[in-house]
Amino acid sequence: MSASPSRAGIGQGRLAAFALPIGTIALLLVGWHVAVVASGSDLFPKPLDVLAGLVELVEKGLLLKYVVASLFRVTWGFGLAVLVGVPLGLVLGWWRPAFLALNPVIQALRPISPIAWIPVAILWFGIADAAPIFLIFLASVFPITVSSMAGVQNMQQVYLRAAQNFGMRGVPLFRRVILPAALPQILTGIRIALGVAWLVVVAAEMIAVNSGLGYLIIDARNAGKRYDLVVAGMVMIGSIGLVLDLLVRRLERIDSVRWGYGQR
Amino acid sequence: MANADPIVDVADLWMSFPGKQPDQPVHVLERVGLQVRHGEFVCIVGPSGCGKSTLLNVLGGFLGETRGTARVEGAPVRGPDPGRIFVFQENGVFPWLTVEQNVGFGLWQRSAAERDERVRHYIAMVGLQGFERSYPRELSGGMRQRVEIARALAANARVLFMDEPFGALDFLTRLKMRQDLVRIWQSENKTVLFVTHDIEEAVQLADRVLVMSKRPATIQAEVVIDLPRPRDLDSPGYLAARDRIFSIMGMDAHGGGVS
Ligand SMILES: Nc1ncnc2c1ncn2[C@@H]1O[C@H](COP(=O)(O)OP(=O)(O)OP(=O)(O)O)[C@@H](O)[C@H]1O
Ligand SMILES: [Mg+2]
Repeated sequence: MSASPSRAGIGQGRLAAFALPIGTIALLLVGWHVAVVASGSDLFPKPLDVLAGLVELVEKGLLLKYVVASLFRVTWGFGLAVLVGVPLGLVLGWWRPAFLALNPVIQALRPISPIAWIPVAILWFGIADAAPIFLIFLASVFPITVSSMAGVQNMQQVYLRAAQNFGMRGVPLFRRVILPAALPQILTGIRIALGVAWLVVVAAEMIAVNSGLGYLIIDARNAGKRYDLVVAGMVMIGSIGLVLDLLVRRLERIDSVRWGYGQR
Repeated sequence: MANADPIVDVADLWMSFPGKQPDQPVHVLERVGLQVRHGEFVCIVGPSGCGKSTLLNVLGGFLGETRGTARVEGAPVRGPDPGRIFVFQENGVFPWLTVEQNVGFGLWQRSAAERDERVRHYIAMVGLQGFERSYPRELSGGMRQRVEIARALAANARVLFMDEPFGALDFLTRLKMRQDLVRIWQSENKTVLFVTHDIEEAVQLADRVLVMSKRPATIQAEVVIDLPRPRDLDSPGYLAARDRIFSIMGMDAHGGGVS
């Protein structure tokens, strides 16, 4: 739904933007509590047990350590993917021989789940940080490359013609027209890739390393069926994913790219 | 300047697009010939879809011809040229730049001072003061079209190829833009080739009106508008020229068909 000020009404104000999602979360928590109590399970935690688990992790100094470890890996893997994927995608979108040469390879590698690469990553990089970083890179580089490529290919021809008419060629043409014309789609690819990167770091940490939120979950289960800590880890993963998405969404409101996202 | 040589010189130009079937190309232009002299204002009118934009795009260097040659400023057209600026029918204003950045776009190789000066001048001319920092998505369609016109004029080209530039404007703005364009054309010694579907507009603006036929199109007739400027829209000469073009295009001036 649009949030344009001209149509501000019920469900559209600033208050609603906070009240509605928080109300939903509160309802879910209550439902969760009631369901656990009703089922009589003594293994699955209630919301307050999870909160206690989180407090325990903070007191032991583990929570911050694990969050930082996970974010560190995402930063590296995702950062490398941006550095490689954006230029690669722009070249593929602009220069047809490169597209013809590389696109089939990219489309064949893309559907291979990063999880399937885990044994290979361990073989190549051991269980050091490099293995999950490699997996995150692999998972996020394809969405970024493909959307950057599409951004150039879908550019309206009239922009290119206008720029060429004014005598623009080479690097200025790329920097001042092709890149900005593709930027909205590039950012969309980056947002998707960041979500995937966060998904993959947790999966990678469950197998390959001994720190991070993914490790926390597996470790809590193996060392004494601490399901309160398992769910605490899940809650942290979800919350951080939400924050990351909100941050990237902010980028989409920058004036020079807003035109690419419809009239909202 | 060799004023005798035509600025635009087209002889026996053919153009077809590849069609749905490979062996059935869409013939758009056939045997088109036209000349525009230095400093002339020429309008092209013709039915929708006949190939006016195609012809202009060949002259602008954006499309290659199939047969024949298009010569502009003495040489065959090989590609776009900053001395010959195109105003596009589909709006070509860059949505990621503000109004003033768009208007100054063609001056990217000039000094900042010169650019600012010209940008201010042409923004005022098209009546967009106060919107310098606005983005195109915050403007109306007609305002965006005015940004594109200001951008083309600010670049100070010798030749202007304009493809229905005033199509999206309201009546009053259109009248004002016509006056401004004629004034700039007269004072800055430009050559203008102007496509429009509006016969009245053509007669108000042009030294000569070229009438294109239906597709595959050729130049069907030439009407010289030898009237003083500013033009009196009630003068017999104006009305006669207008009615002549209407009848060439198979209509009478009151909208009925000629059998
Ligand atoms: N890229 C293309 N591929 C195939 N056919 C095309 C292409 N561009 C134009 N045509 C065809 O060429 C013909 C002429 O198109 P053009 O845009 O030049 O018409 P026009 O005279 O400018 O019309 P209008 O007044 O509606 O703008 C049309 O029939 C159109 O279908
Ligand atoms: Mg056209």
